[in-house]
Amino acid sequence: MSNRIVVPFGPQHPVLPEPIHLDLVLEDERVVEAIPTIGYIHRGLEKLVEKRDFKDYVLIAERICGICSFTHSVTYCNAIEQIMGIEVPPRAQFIRTIWMEYSRMHSHLLWLGLTADAMGFENLFMNAWRLREEILDDMEATTGGRVIQGSSKVGGIRLDIPDEKLGEMVDHLKAIRPRLEESNRIFTHDQTVRHRMRGLGVLTKEEAWDLGAVGPVARGSGCDMDVRSSGYSAYGELGFKPITLPHGDCLDRCLVRSQEVLAAVDLVERAVAKMPDGPIEEKVKGNPDGECFAFTEQPRGECMHYVKANGTKNLVRHRVRTPTLTNIPPLVKMLAGIELADVPVVVLTIDPCIGCAER
Amino acid sequence: MSYITKSPWVIHYDGSSCNGCDIEVLACLTPLYDLERFGIVNTGNPKHADVFLITGGINEQSRAVVKNTYDQMPDPKVVVAVGICAATGGVFRECYNIMGGVNEVIPVDVYVPGCAARPESIIDGVVRALGILEEKRAKMAENGGDKK
Ligand code: SF4
Repeated sequence: MSNRIVVPFGPQHPVLPEPIHLDLVLEDERVVEAIPTIGYIHRGLEKLVEKRDFKDYVLIAERICGICSFTHSVTYCNAIEQIMGIEVPPRAQFIRTIWMEYSRMHSHLLWLGLTADAMGFENLFMNAWRLREEILDDMEATTGGRVIQGSSKVGGIRLDIPDEKLGEMVDHLKAIRPRLEESNRIFTHDQTVRHRMRGLGVLTKEEAWDLGAVGPVARGSGCDMDVRSSGYSAYGELGFKPITLPHGDCLDRCLVRSQEVLAAVDLVERAVAKMPDGPIEEKVKGNPDGECFAFTEQPRGECMHYVKANGTKNLVRHRVRTPTLTNIPPLVKMLAGIELADVPVVVLTIDPCIGCAER
Repeated sequence: MSYITKSPWVIHYDGSSCNGCDIEVLACLTPLYDLERFGIVNTGNPKHADVFLITGGINEQSRAVVKNTYDQMPDPKVVVAVGICAATGGVFRECYNIMGGVNEVIPVDVYVPGCAARPESIIDGVVRALGILEEKRAKMAENGGDKK
């Protein structure tokens, strides 16, 4: 019987862009248990609804996280719009969808890069981030912001994208598509990548379901679960189909994301082809009264915003449940039984976004 | 850039930010912006670092980590606070768990504005910090290698 030792991992750690702490209980090189501690980024921003006007709060909801920023603001707006019975004009819905898919592309490329870095595959890391900059260029040209956009508002969007710019965006995506495909090919076939990730940190379909996995973690374990199937914003009109893969290991979680980048390019192209004309916002009158749950699919998985209002300009309660938090129990499961040197890669495959998880 | 006498290493920590600025800090290290052309290397070990890049308004729990990381860095060292959160608490200023700026915990040498701070401004901030680092080093040399 070997000795058990506890190795602290984080909060300040080279592979982690954000702080989370894990106590790894080891027997020789094997992890027998992982005990997470969170709270390094908790700001308590949900409580700010009591001090801010519900319309201004969109900007704070956006700053829950700097990567899924746009999706957070849309989810919050959806909740308020449903309470107040606001019909968002179709053009606004389509443009929101385009920006959400751009967020997904940049988030997934960022993640693919970080994962390559965690594997020591520096070249692939730089390549993924170079592609990401191309996506961010269009994001910046249309919203004015690279990572924080501030372009969604209750009732619609702040800025329109002119039709010729939409055409340019599609042309740009067409031009970088071969490079995205090449990157997807490397993640799918490269020996180093396969060697590091195939069969590592396996989460079976049943476990994924029981532990409440969401997003690419669930889809990489074969669960057909994607909130976009429910058709919010404009997804209902774009013929959306979720991507699932069966093995439940690190490689499949990685490939789900890599393929979703290409799927996002398709969705943007279809959205531009079907783009309706018309206004981009609906006037908001009065204050919300009631409560609502709104769901969206963030790059990391299902995100829920709960809003409760009492007819004044300040909300009573805003509650957010983000994909990272729900994916921590599956992560603890994946970590048990792997080797210490594999911990960084496995932790990354849930795409931890601590800013979201702790708010 | 004649004042860089050695290759400065940076360490980065997210002190309760929304991570928008953190992602931009990372973007500075990648091909488009490429901080490494100034000889700057990102390290995870505070004992190797000269420049501390920190984002966010610092909460109760991260306070000790920030202080600890700073104390472990060898002298001379400079602190760059990235984003308005790190300067004043920013949009989170009134949150119950935010101390309101990095200078509540450790001394700051350079503030980088923006929400999110743009990579260009972060690079500008780091380059300025290098100037300060050099001054601090010169002062230390005058005192025979001691800090004061
Ligand atoms: S300054 Fe803005 S973008 Fe940067 S961490 Fe703070 S809230 Fe996020």
